[in-house]
Amino acid sequence: MNPLLFLILIPVLTVAGIALVKDLKQVRVISAVGMGAQLLFSFYLVYLFYSLRNAGNTDAMLLVSTSTWYEAFNIQYKFGIDGISLSMIVLTSLVTFAGVFASWQVDFLTKEFFISLIILASGVFGFFISLDLFTMFLFYEVAVIPMYLLIGIWGSGPKEYSAMKLTLMLMAGSALLLVGLLGIYFNSSPEGGRLTFDLTEIAKVSIPRDAQLFFFPFTFIGFGVLGALFPFHTWSPDGHASAPTAVSMLHAGVLMKLGGYGAFRVAMYLLPEGAHAMAWIFIILTTISVVYGAFGAIWQKDLKYINAYSSVSHCGLVLFALLMMNETATTGAILQMISHGLMTALFFALIGMIYGRTHTRMIDEMGGLMKVIPFLSVVYVIAGLASLGLPGLSGFVAEMTIFVGSFQNSDTFHRIATIVACSSIVITAVYILRVVGILLLGPIKNEHYNELKDAKWFEKVSTITLVISITAIGMAPFWLSALIREPLGDIIQHLIARL
Amino acid sequence: MTWTDVYILRNEVLLTLLVLYHLIVDLTEGKDNGRLVNGTLFGFGLVTAVGFYPVETTSLFGQMFLSDPLRNTLKLILNISTFIILLQSASWLRKPENQPKTGAFYMLIFSTLMGMSFMISAGNFLMLYLGLETATLPLTLLAAFDKKLRRSAEAGIKLLMSSAVSSAVLLMGLSLLYGSYGTLYFSEMASLTDAQALSVFGLVLFVAGFGFKLSLVPFHLWTADVYEGSPLPVTMYFSVVSKGAALFTLMLVLYNVFTLYPKSWTLAAYLLSVTTMVVGNLFALRQKNLKRFLAFSSITQAGFMMLGFVNNDNLGMTTVVYFMMIYSLSNLAVFGVLSMVFNATGKENIEDFNGFYLTNPRLSLIMLLALFSLAGIPPVAGFFGKFFLFTAAAAKGLYILVFIAVINATISLYYYLLVVKAMFINKSEAPVATLTSTWQEKLAFTICLVGIAAIGFVSGVYDYIASLI
Repeated sequence: MNPLLFLILIPVLTVAGIALVKDLKQVRVISAVGMGAQLLFSFYLVYLFYSLRNAGNTDAMLLVSTSTWYEAFNIQYKFGIDGISLSMIVLTSLVTFAGVFASWQVDFLTKEFFISLIILASGVFGFFISLDLFTMFLFYEVAVIPMYLLIGIWGSGPKEYSAMKLTLMLMAGSALLLVGLLGIYFNSSPEGGRLTFDLTEIAKVSIPRDAQLFFFPFTFIGFGVLGALFPFHTWSPDGHASAPTAVSMLHAGVLMKLGGYGAFRVAMYLLPEGAHAMAWIFIILTTISVVYGAFGAIWQKDLKYINAYSSVSHCGLVLFALLMMNETATTGAILQMISHGLMTALFFALIGMIYGRTHTRMIDEMGGLMKVIPFLSVVYVIAGLASLGLPGLSGFVAEMTIFVGSFQNSDTFHRIATIVACSSIVITAVYILRVVGILLLGPIKNEHYNELKDAKWFEKVSTITLVISITAIGMAPFWLSALIREPLGDIIQHLIARL
Repeated sequence: MTWTDVYILRNEVLLTLLVLYHLIVDLTEGKDNGRLVNGTLFGFGLVTAVGFYPVETTSLFGQMFLSDPLRNTLKLILNISTFIILLQSASWLRKPENQPKTGAFYMLIFSTLMGMSFMISAGNFLMLYLGLETATLPLTLLAAFDKKLRRSAEAGIKLLMSSAVSSAVLLMGLSLLYGSYGTLYFSEMASLTDAQALSVFGLVLFVAGFGFKLSLVPFHLWTADVYEGSPLPVTMYFSVVSKGAALFTLMLVLYNVFTLYPKSWTLAAYLLSVTTMVVGNLFALRQKNLKRFLAFSSITQAGFMMLGFVNNDNLGMTTVVYFMMIYSLSNLAVFGVLSMVFNATGKENIEDFNGFYLTNPRLSLIMLLALFSLAGIPPVAGFFGKFFLFTAAAAKGLYILVFIAVINATISLYYYLLVVKAMFINKSEAPVATLTSTWQEKLAFTICLVGIAAIGFVSGVYDYIASLI
């Protein structure tokens, strides 16, 4: 049996386990054990991956297994990983693990909460290991739909509105995507052979140019909606603000990465000519995303909105870098996905913890938290510094690589776009430092805050997991970038060769 | 008539026997109908099971009656759906006011089912028309089954009128076809080679006549009122069995008889699909009553079914049958939950389902899965059904149509989610009390859920249908 299937099997078993028990504590413990096992297993996969490589296996995809599903349409269960999907898997299991601990105190319909959360995660895992467009699309929707219940039932504020908005926008995105995928499928064999949904097979043929031009926007925007591409990002601030802590973490941390990953792996990789012809439109849109998201964050007073807008900005940067289509920028994009995934998850976890104590998310109602909850405050500062790109933390590595890469494109258009996007670094510093100043420093605004307790053990587990990962990437980015770079060479070659 | 002929006619013969039995038993049965209900369930269960025995391709009465594995499977799908409806209607029939009418109910259901069976097996347009009328007249009686209720009586009259009109249109079409072809036999019509404008017009009227039965826009105006007015088991029957029979018959005729005019009817399917999806959706958005809501949702789903018809190859036919099968099971599961709530409380509005999850978690989950299946959300079967329909349309290069359809699927997700929201998110002062289900209901839900869960994952079902076509 292909070890990759465990990535789906472990969450499914965990869900079954949760469904069987009644007690609240047992539910938590099973979730934590299950996701802990998932985390360990993903580390084991990294080990397995390297040992296969060291044994001289040079295939682009490792651990590939194929079995026929729908013979009539040539649909297959085809799984496999390369460095990029492997790093995404590790990211997902890290965030899910932290998310389980961050939702330790969910007390309304606890069982259902953890079940939905883990179903969501298993959709994401399934997406990252799929090499068949149909299976990929299936897992994509599996990952999106539990979000409705998670936000609608356990959310806060205008949760019903936000849940509906988020679900419908993402599903409309997947509607576009479906058209794109069917277009790719029916053009997957221009010489008249068997049509296929197989990603690696389609990459070998050249789809007719007019078909590429027609279907590229469908596919790219379809994934782009999930990656918060301007102007399709509006679900993101409302959705994140209303979602419960762990869901914001998973959604901003992992689910939005499905957008970037899919836009790269499916839209750009399979439709390179379309990508080249239309990149300029999307570069303009993503540049707007980057700057607009950052400015949006400055205006906001609600901690979650600040972070949601900053996610729009950072995820925009991912798509921006991918569209630069060179190896350095793309490496940066993948690094940024991981770095942003970790730090935004950390942010949302912290916001949830602070909110649980102060019962407000408005920054001007709080102040001086550093004095009463030092642990959480320090972690918040670390997350903030990572977000504004301080050397030594993951954000710096990612953004540096992106901007170096995108400046390599020597024409004026790319240069101007890069310079404009670069300005987001400064704006990010403004809103991060502003929040840190108001929220954590200064006098304690509310006497009631003097009695606040610092982080509990499960909160520490959640945050420390993420802090360690952020620092590890910042200190030793070469492990990760080696993993990412390895398959990128081929992909970029493929993108450029079809010019 | 030999025993072989009886075997070929087995479904129709057995259904006729059931009809006769209920005509007689109605005279003798005492007050309590428990034995009758369970006995009928058992008897009809056997009839359904007989359908699993394979048949060979053959014909009777000089090509009037056709029998082949595909038609057998189509009848089987209808029989299974009817079986589920009978299971779900058991507790409704056990109510004191319905007890005296039990025999009549079963008699009517089985005679309309028999008519549909003849419709599907027809090899001649006259046979088809006979089957259609045999199916329609008992349906109008069923719609007016709660005859003391104003809205039920209204539903019966409405259905009668619209059926009469649609039959007239259909007959006009048939007479034009006869005029241009000189025959009404399917096999002879299919073998003709010269196209004529007059028969295209006949085809249009034929499709319009079936458009009424399938409640395609703009022939849908009777649907919501009839669905709302009829008793719930009858509404289920309309939305699943009656619709399925009309769909299958239309499909068999279009793909087998009108082989000369694929352009005409695929264009008709294209236009009907778009109008039906859009209008059905727009009306469904505004409904508060769950029965009306499901009426419009089933109109929208009929629009999706038309999507398969734009593909005049085997792929189109396969996806249509496959989708109909999934739609039947999903819709019946939704109706099953609704009928349990309605029988216990008399409530049928969406807002009555507020807080339903807290009191009835299992029923809510069944409803959730069934609604997701209707909306086409994975991993339940509806996703596969819709995806393949879209594939069938995209195979003809109609990406714009696919785009309109997926956007409509997204819109339909909105109103399905409204029901989910009522059950899981909304709070209620007085939620529906915890309901206990009878064994019949449990069995019905089990069949539906196994179908919804398995049909997508097990590719064998699709491959089996494809192998028949």
